Amino acid sequence: MSDWRMLTLVGADRPGIVAAVAKALYDNGFSLGEASMMRLGGNFTIMMMISGPGDAEGLLAPLAQEMGLRLHLFEAGGRLHSHLAPNVQVRVHGADRAGIVAQVTGALAEMGFNILELESDVAGTEQRPVYIMHIEGFCDRPIEELARAISNLGELSLDVSPIETLIG
Amino acid sequence: MTVLEILTIPDERLKQPSAPVESFDDELRAFIADLEETRRAGPGAVGIAAPQVGRFQCILILDVSKTKKPVPNHGHLVLVNPEISHWEGYEIGREGCLSVPDYTGNVIRATRIRLKAQDPFGNPLEYAMEGFEARAAQHELDHLDGLLFIDRVVSRRTDLFRRKVYQK
Repeated sequence: MSDWRMLTLVGADRPGIVAAVAKALYDNGFSLGEASMMRLGGNFTIMMMISGPGDAEGLLAPLAQEMGLRLHLFEAGGRLHSHLAPNVQVRVHGADRAGIVAQVTGALAEMGFNILELESDVAGTEQRPVYIMHIEGFCDRPIEELARAISNLGELSLDVSPIETLIG
Repeated sequence: MTVLEILTIPDERLKQPSAPVESFDDELRAFIADLEETRRAGPGAVGIAAPQVGRFQCILILDVSKTKKPVPNHGHLVLVNPEISHWEGYEIGREGCLSVPDYTGNVIRATRIRLKAQDPFGNPLEYAMEGFEARAAQHELDHLDGLLFIDRVVSRRTDLFRRKVYQK
């Protein structure tokens, strides 16, 4: 199947969002593909591949309105079974300040690092916020070179390590 | 030697527990040769367990001696009736499986184990394993209990790392 559309829904978190969205799609003959759903800063965010007959936007708009969700849908193309396995992970943490992500990912991009997944969070307290980021990706440069490339970014704690996926 | 057919999910037989080996005969050793042939035919598998090819006996093969970045290992191992007698520490690592095509996930495993088993002639074996080899052993032993790594996958946001930060 190649008619995958990308659906994004974002709104104030509350119980039952996923169930209501999934039921509406299921009842109307839609299939779900890969998805990422997460609570970010009190909002619930859904990013999901959907495929099916008819006007998904018209179908979901009333539900989104009712649940206070912003809806966006577009023909994304893409397909299932096109995973890339990450071979490097980068962990970053330090006192929160502007520019951490820009500097770290900028240095990685220069090395041809392809980010497959990035999660970041602000932990600590309101007075002393700590930025924590975990990146998984693919890069064919040696780990040592990557580590060197991001080593002089100030007071950040940085760790670059290989991901060896165990197949058994 | 023959490359055997690998059972893949959702084959219910993968949930079947295996029975101990009682006869250490030529038939067993011929099967082990086929199992090894099957492991080598797969995409870079560091281990394989007999139930993955539909033989529900406690037999597995491990070999983590050929990882991209060398890890502590005991070479090529055939383990009959293996049992883990000691676990220590835990860490997250990425796993995939010949029986679970096109999916990898993070799993928590013990960092160090001690393991007893028998060789293909019934002689006793004992190993202390760590890291990637210990992980591979735990992954394969799970097959003997009818468990797959997807039964143990943890969220990508699992906070082992964050806890480490706080303990500093």
